[in-house]
Amino acid sequence: MALDSNKWAENKLLWSALAIFALVVVLTVSLNGSKGLQWILSGLVVGSIYSLIAMGFSVIYSSTRVINFAQGEFSMLGGMLMYTFATKAHVSIWLSFVLSVLVVALIGAAFEQTAIYKLRGSSVITVIIVTIGFSIFLKAIAKWIWGTDPVKIAPFTGEKAITIFKAAIVPQSFWVFGLTVLAVAALFLFFSRTLVGKGMRAAAANSDAASLVGVSTNTTSLIAWTLAAGLGAAAGIIIGPITPPSFSSGLMLGLKGFSAAVLGGLGNIQGAVVGGLMLGVLENIIAGVLPTGYKEAFAFLVLILVLLIRPQGLLGKPEDVKV
Amino acid sequence: MHKKSGFGSAALLICLIMVVGIMAAGCGKKKVSGSKSVYKIGVVLSLSQAQAALGVPEQNALKLLEKKVNDEGGIEGHRVQFLIEDDESLPAKSKEKFTKLVNQEGVTAVIGTSFSGGTAAMTEDAEKNKIPLIGLSATTSLTHPVKKWTFRTPPTTQMVVERALGYIQKNLKLKKIGVLYDSGLFGTEGYETVKATAGKYGLEVVAAESYGTNDPDMTAQLTKIKSTPAQALIVWGTGPAPSIIAKNVQQLAMTIPYIGSHGIANQTFINLAGDAANGVVFPAGRVLVPSSIPADSDWRKTVDEFAKSYKEAYKTEVNTFAGHGWDAGLIMTEAMKAAIKANGDQEKLSASVIRDQIEKTKDLTGIAGTFTYSPSNHDGLKIDDLIMIKIENGAWTEAKSS
Repeated sequence: MALDSNKWAENKLLWSALAIFALVVVLTVSLNGSKGLQWILSGLVVGSIYSLIAMGFSVIYSSTRVINFAQGEFSMLGGMLMYTFATKAHVSIWLSFVLSVLVVALIGAAFEQTAIYKLRGSSVITVIIVTIGFSIFLKAIAKWIWGTDPVKIAPFTGEKAITIFKAAIVPQSFWVFGLTVLAVAALFLFFSRTLVGKGMRAAAANSDAASLVGVSTNTTSLIAWTLAAGLGAAAGIIIGPITPPSFSSGLMLGLKGFSAAVLGGLGNIQGAVVGGLMLGVLENIIAGVLPTGYKEAFAFLVLILVLLIRPQGLLGKPEDVKV
Repeated sequence: MHKKSGFGSAALLICLIMVVGIMAAGCGKKKVSGSKSVYKIGVVLSLSQAQAALGVPEQNALKLLEKKVNDEGGIEGHRVQFLIEDDESLPAKSKEKFTKLVNQEGVTAVIGTSFSGGTAAMTEDAEKNKIPLIGLSATTSLTHPVKKWTFRTPPTTQMVVERALGYIQKNLKLKKIGVLYDSGLFGTEGYETVKATAGKYGLEVVAAESYGTNDPDMTAQLTKIKSTPAQALIVWGTGPAPSIIAKNVQQLAMTIPYIGSHGIANQTFINLAGDAANGVVFPAGRVLVPSSIPADSDWRKTVDEFAKSYKEAYKTEVNTFAGHGWDAGLIMTEAMKAAIKANGDQEKLSASVIRDQIEKTKDLTGIAGTFTYSPSNHDGLKIDDLIMIKIENGAWTEAKSS
């Protein structure tokens, strides 16, 4: 009985939050017309990127309980490599995309094998600190290779904005949406239909029981890191034409992606999407409605509030969070 | 015991004499091939970390100037030497290097540093220790109010803003402006200056929005500005954001003119904004468009020569930062020449003598313009030394001014 009422209480909170969000969106559009629609559309684009990065955080967190503070740098590297392949070496967009994602995925895998695997007996805090060191290292390498200037990545299919009820978005935005949908679908299929994916979920739920049936936590960790790195790189590439990347752009992306992941529920893929989109849209509505400057603090405010009030986020379960 | 201490004190005495001798030889003036002493000028620049893009061109220019001055006979026969230190874009290090140059190297004049925080830290020490300092950073407050020992070569934010506002008033003939500024130091100072000076040019700020330096999208702020009566958009910031804003402006089909700051006076802005950069106007030094300087003038000759030798030496185009470095070195060496002419030849020029001669600089043709200082003006340049540059077909041209 107690369990049931708990569940309802949690769902009530989730549904109220979503209902309030829907209300805010409707109000914004009705009170501000096409201006409001613009905020929401632009917010959905940026929010999708937050979602992709949040997914990366969640994949690693759910399999290994580690928060990877270099997640933003994976996105940054994806973008920088895309610049090198597509803009400087004139390789075709699609080949460059695949190459960049593969290289970063390899970097993620290599890091997992050389650092994370070696620390498999250590506390989570130790590993998290090592990821912070890794992010600083990646930043330094990026600066050494590409300098400090932001770099140009050409939009995939042109630049002329498309107008929807007087709100405008650039064609690249559709690639962003498309990638997000693809990523969600792919991850869903992977975790629910493939043996490897199901094994990872098993290891996340109970690593001892999982090893008893032959699922190795080491393999799980390796796959998680490779996936997260590749996902992060793809996010960094797809947003590159809209927001030129530079050696230091990983910080902002990582921070916002992390806030989105926490908002939606760390470790939860659907939560990452919900958190990312909500964060992106609300940020823009705040920028539109409140006096200037409040937008920047919003993601941090969300982070603090969620951790204070409901650390498992909107879609997470309380036992997901072991603080 | 007694024997030991006797021997010990003799050894100590010999050591002391040696140390004093070495020190005297070390921090004295070096004689070059039996003739005159070398004049040393201290230089602190940001050669690494965040502000290296400013410091490296400044260093390049100073090295070129050093060679030129020495090849032409030095300062009345004295070889000049720029002692260049890297402050790693950290104000604490700027102070440290300044102290090192003055105390250990014994310089009596310093140039630097590349960024406002570092120069602000150094000017305190310059005033306290009475060492003339020619600053290379942008904020107005460095020389307003005037401090006795601190000068500058780059134009003040105030001058740059006024150049832009003057263009909006006289060329565009507009009245209402919107401002979109970076919430960091550079952007905020720009906005505050625009707000305070708009009235002087008959302009009214009807919209003001800020954004974070690393924000990915500014359409929210722009839609707000679009719905105000703003007839021109002033964007004040550095980094990728101004180029993102240019693309957002195009995306939202905003037709009002985009007036940027000197923060976009680089090729990166054009690369990133692509087609959206065309039509953008911004205030900057004429070294970027040498054809804006009258063809037969000394100024044009100086700039053309400088641009040519810079490109030959460093295989890259010259920019305004290199110009500021050159100008500081030029003013310093000319002041030293004037000091010798006024007071006769000296082993080493004192700080106050150099300072006085810097302050007497009048109509000296540099790269950024013509420099004139006075007891009440340590800026050197005038608003008219700047031009408005328009980006057309991905290249810089002078926006026709009245």
